[in-house]
Amino acid sequence: MDLLLEGFQTALTPENLFFAAIGVLLGTAVGVLPGIGPAMTLALLLPVTYTVGADSAIIMFAGIYYGGMYGGSTTSILLNTPGESSSVITAIEGNKMAKAGRAAQALATAAIGSFVAGTIATVALWIVAPTVADLVVTLGSPSYFALMLLALFAVTAVLGSSKLRGFIALFLGLTLGLVGTNTGQARLTFGDPLLADGIDIVVVAVAVFAIGEALWVAAHLRRKPLEIIPVGQPWMSKEDWRRSWKPWLRGTAFGFPFGALPAGGAEIPTFLSYATEKKLTKHPEEFGKGAIEGVAGPEAANNASAAGTLVPLLALGLPTTATAAIMLVALQGYGFNTGPTLMDEHPDLVWALLASLLVANCLLLLINLPLAPIWAKLLRIPRPYLYAGILFFASLGAYSVNFQAFDLALLLGIGLLGFAMRRFGVPVLPLLIGVILGPKLEEQLTTALKISQGDVSTLWSEPVAVVVYAVMGLLLLAMTVRGVRRPAAAETNPTDNEKELVER
Amino acid sequence: MSIVVAYSADRYGEAALTHAAEQARKERTRLVVVNATLGNKLVDDRFAHDADITALQERLAAEGLEVVVRHDLVDDVADAVVAAADEERATLIVVGIRHRSPVGKLLLGSVAQRIILEAHCPVLAVKPAA
Repeated sequence: MDLLLEGFQTALTPENLFFAAIGVLLGTAVGVLPGIGPAMTLALLLPVTYTVGADSAIIMFAGIYYGGMYGGSTTSILLNTPGESSSVITAIEGNKMAKAGRAAQALATAAIGSFVAGTIATVALWIVAPTVADLVVTLGSPSYFALMLLALFAVTAVLGSSKLRGFIALFLGLTLGLVGTNTGQARLTFGDPLLADGIDIVVVAVAVFAIGEALWVAAHLRRKPLEIIPVGQPWMSKEDWRRSWKPWLRGTAFGFPFGALPAGGAEIPTFLSYATEKKLTKHPEEFGKGAIEGVAGPEAANNASAAGTLVPLLALGLPTTATAAIMLVALQGYGFNTGPTLMDEHPDLVWALLASLLVANCLLLLINLPLAPIWAKLLRIPRPYLYAGILFFASLGAYSVNFQAFDLALLLGIGLLGFAMRRFGVPVLPLLIGVILGPKLEEQLTTALKISQGDVSTLWSEPVAVVVYAVMGLLLLAMTVRGVRRPAAAETNPTDNEKELVER
Repeated sequence: MSIVVAYSADRYGEAALTHAAEQARKERTRLVVVNATLGNKLVDDRFAHDADITALQERLAAEGLEVVVRHDLVDDVADAVVAAADEERATLIVVGIRHRSPVGKLLLGSVAQRIILEAHCPVLAVKPAA
C-alpha cells in the first residue's frame, strides 16, 4: 500500500503528468490511424529513452498503450476499419450503430466502457502482479525456461489465423536473435565485426513496424477513400447506460485473465465477450444491426486485457503483445533486469508505472469524450506526409542506437523483410517476441544446464515446468484434434482488406 | 459536345454543379460530372460517397439531362478534369472557386487555378452564394 502511494507520488509530479498527457494524446492519435499502432509508436520513441528518466518514459509508454486501445475503437466505429487488431470485433456492431445514426452513443459506450474496464483491471493488476512476482521469484531456471517456451508457443500458435505463418515468423525472429557473439562464439556474424554485438532490438522493431509498414503503404498508395460517418459529441441516454454497464463488467472479467496469461492478446477475450453479449442480450433482434452491448462488451474486454498483459510483463518479463514487447525493450535499455526480480529491485519504478495507469485512464476519459470529432480529422492527413514523418523518425531512431551507418543498412534490410511479411500475411508479433525472448531463453537454458552439469533431465525436474509442458502438450493436442476434425477450409477467413490491417 | 463540371462534395462543388446543369439545359448538351481524388488519404471529404453519386445522377437525369459521371482515383485531379474535357470535346468547363488565405496559397496548389490555365476551352468559375 505504501508502495502504491509512493507510486502515485511519482506519477503525479507535474513532469510525469505532462509525459502521461503526451502519451495518451499520442496513443489515441496513433490508435485512430489504421496501420500505425502503439507498437510502432513505441518503437519510434525508443531513442527518447536515452534522454528522459526511466519513470517518465515508462509512464508515457503506458499512456500510449492505453491510448491506442481507445483510439482504435474510434476508427472501428466511424470507418468500419479496425485501427488495431483488438478492435476488430468492435467494428461489427459499432459501425452498424454509426450507420443507424447512433455513432455518438457507440463512441460514448466504448470510451466509458474502456475507462471502467481499465480502472477495474488496473486495480486487479495492483493485486495480482506482486503476488505472481513473489511466486515466480522462487522458480528456478528450468521452470522459467518452460514458461518462456510456453509464451513463445502460445503467442505463435494460439493467436493469428495461420499456425505455419506464425512459426515462420517466430523462427525468423529467433534467427535474428542468434546473431552476435554473446555466447562467446561468433554466430551468424559472417565474420563482420559490425555484427559481433548482435542486431539491436530497436533496429529490428523500428524496421518491421515502421519501415515495413511504410513500404507496404507506398506499394498501395492510391486507394479509394473510405466513407466516414460524421459524428458530434459522444453522449449516452439512460437507456444506453442501463444496457451498457453489465457488458462492461463482463467484458472486464473476460479481458483481464486472458491478458494476464502468458498467452495474452486481446483478440480472444473480445470475441468471447461479443459471443456472450449476443447470447445474453434482451435485444437479440438488434445484433448485427448495431446493438450497444456488442460495442460495450468487447471494448471493455480489450482494455482490461491490455492491463492484464502487464502481469506477465512485469512479473515474468514475458511480453505477449507487440506493445508490451517494446516496453520490455525500453526497460532493458535502462539496464533493468527484466524478469521476476524487477518488482523487488525497482519497486519505485514499477509502482509509478502501475499508478500512472490509473492516471492515464482518467486522462483518456477526459480527453476522449470531448475530442472524438477532432480525432476523426486525423484520418484526413495525406499518407505521403504521414509516412515521410515516420520514415524520418525511423531512420533517426535506428541511427541513434550506435551512431553507425551500418544500422541504417540493417534497418532497410529488415524493413524489406517486414514488407515481405505483410505481403504474404506473416504476422509480425512472433518475430519480435522471438528476437527478444530468444537470447533470454538461451540464457535460462545454459544456466539450468550449468547447475545440473549438463544433465538434460533437469529441464523437467521442477513441478511448475512439468505443468507448463503439460499445458503446451494439451494445447498442441487440442490444435491437432481441431485440425483433423475441421479441415482448414472451414475456418472463416477475414476479407483481404481486413487481413491487411489486422495481421501486423 | 458537352459541358464538364469539376465536382467536389462540398458547397463549392454544389455551386459549380448547379451552374453547369443550368448551362447544359440551355445549350441542350451532355453534362459530364468529374469527381476525382488522389486516393492518398484514408478519408477524403471532397470525394463523394457512391450513394451520393447515384442520387446526384438520378436527380439530374430526372430533370431531363444527359449525365455522365467520372468518379475515379487519379494521379492528378486538375489533369483528370482537363483530360475529361478534351475527351468529351467540352465547350465549357465549370469549376467552383474559394477564398484562400495567404498561407494556404503558399502551401497548397489550387486545382481550380490549374484547370483555368491548362484547359483548352473556356472555363466558368463559380462561387457559392455567400
